[in-house]
Amino acid sequence: MKPALSVIFFTTASGAGYGMLFWLGVLDAFGLMPPAMWFGPIGIGIAMALASAGLMASTFHLGRPERAWRAISQWRTSWLSREGIVALLAYIPAAGFFAAWLAVGAGAPLTRAFGLLAALAGVATVVCTAMIYGSLKPIRQWHNRFIIPNYLLLGAFSGAACLAALAVFWQPGPARIAAVIAVVAGVAGAAGKLAYWRFIDGTRGVSTMESATGLGGLGPVRMLESPNSEENYLLREMGFRIGRKHAGNLRVIALALGFALPVLLLIAGAGLAEGTGLVLLPVAALCALLGLYVERWLFFAQATHTVTLYYGRPDCGRREGRPQSSG
Amino acid sequence: MTSIPAPQPGQKKLGLVIDLDTCVGCHACAVNCKEWNTSGHPGPLTDFDAYQEKPQGVWLNRVHTYEAGLGDESRTVHFPRSCLHCEEPECVSVCPTGASYKREEDGIVLVNEEICIGCQLCAWACPYGAREFDEDQGVMKKCTLCIDRIYNENIPEAARVPACVSTCPASARHFGDLGDPDSAVSRLVAERGGYDLMPEMGYKPTNKYLPPRKRPARSFAAPVEEPSRPDAANGVMRWLDRVLSR
Repeated sequence: MKPALSVIFFTTASGAGYGMLFWLGVLDAFGLMPPAMWFGPIGIGIAMALASAGLMASTFHLGRPERAWRAISQWRTSWLSREGIVALLAYIPAAGFFAAWLAVGAGAPLTRAFGLLAALAGVATVVCTAMIYGSLKPIRQWHNRFIIPNYLLLGAFSGAACLAALAVFWQPGPARIAAVIAVVAGVAGAAGKLAYWRFIDGTRGVSTMESATGLGGLGPVRMLESPNSEENYLLREMGFRIGRKHAGNLRVIALALGFALPVLLLIAGAGLAEGTGLVLLPVAALCALLGLYVERWLFFAQATHTVTLYYGRPDCGRREGRPQSSG
Repeated sequence: MTSIPAPQPGQKKLGLVIDLDTCVGCHACAVNCKEWNTSGHPGPLTDFDAYQEKPQGVWLNRVHTYEAGLGDESRTVHFPRSCLHCEEPECVSVCPTGASYKREEDGIVLVNEEICIGCQLCAWACPYGAREFDEDQGVMKKCTLCIDRIYNENIPEAARVPACVSTCPASARHFGDLGDPDSAVSRLVAERGGYDLMPEMGYKPTNKYLPPRKRPARSFAAPVEEPSRPDAANGVMRWLDRVLSR
């Protein structure tokens, strides 16, 4: 699948934003966040800015962005529609959380209730985002049980890292808690990603060129002539192959930049003397976001679509196929 | 509305039956599809660099050519590919706007281009590659089963079939109601063992493909050379031949 930068930015940024909102709501409910008057509103503001930037970016992927508002009408069947609705609804508890923190303070029951509601909305939005991809049967790298846990863990990881990076400017204690959560979620996220890569490398699609054409009864099927001499939309969008060629290297980059380095920086930033955390925790959050951007790029680039079977490109996993000559 | 209409017994299911035995791979169906539809319901079917080195564009029907089988048993099979108007079209259920819909009255899957936002999720959801994004118009295009021909009372009744069917010189394409077990297309499917593409995906395509027929066993030994005989057209020449051959 072609990795559209707007969509990759959308899922990375909104995942981090809703993750940050989630931890802010949950940790505040347990009284574990700095009770400072401006900490909460700034944190909620950053979280919702990340989420909003992601949602805005996703509209750049549309052929008709001016009609984007129509996308919230089909919640009965469409995960994209559900995602849009839940994302819009999430602004309500987030705004309540923001206002209550300013009006009655971090520890008030009203603030905690809004915080928990906002956390719930964050989780729901990330689940819907994951299901946009998870519901697509023709793409076996997306239509599997790893997608929801992966999206949730990576959102939890990057969100907690962002929260630690912000909290350290108020109090080292809460920053340390967020950092520890980020480390745990990061390790779990990396393990989930490794399990996912093992899964997609070790399995093949159920469909083959033989089932796609129905000609398997005659024997193995290969394409003799492509219907078109040049590229077409289907091959550009669904037959993207550059990423698969570099998959090995990009996986190392994603693991190192997205998980290993931020986890080390989080441990160092939370454990070392207070001054260093001011630098190390924000750098850790930035690393995590950049690394996850690479990871999400791979998530698209490594995904294969059954339509390529019709073009004689059997689902080849990591192998880089030679472009089919078309006479 | 992107909810799929509940299946009713005896429901009309318009679709195509494509005979892979007789298809000669001439691409006339694809060309006539483009010709009709670029100024029809889903039109224009935009082309890019149409007269340059690398022309590209939107096509709703594409003809692939495969080789199936090995050695002496291998066959060349021409394979037209277009929307199958599935009974479980997930291209419709993933649509966030309701632009994609399946008609209750005849099962045709259509796009309302007035409200399509061009998110392309339907193209991702279709296992068959039936949907093509018009990058110029920013909306999705697909086969309409020539909805502007099959119900068109301004054209002769014989012409009220999809453009691809009307133009096929080998009569490899058949159009009809696959929901009616007694229709000509349903009988054809039953007789010839018509099948679904990628049944494992669970989309339940309406269109059916007829497999290439079994070939009579062929001998690949060199033909035996007949002894040469002069051109014995009449009795006199035959007699002459016999006399002179002594």
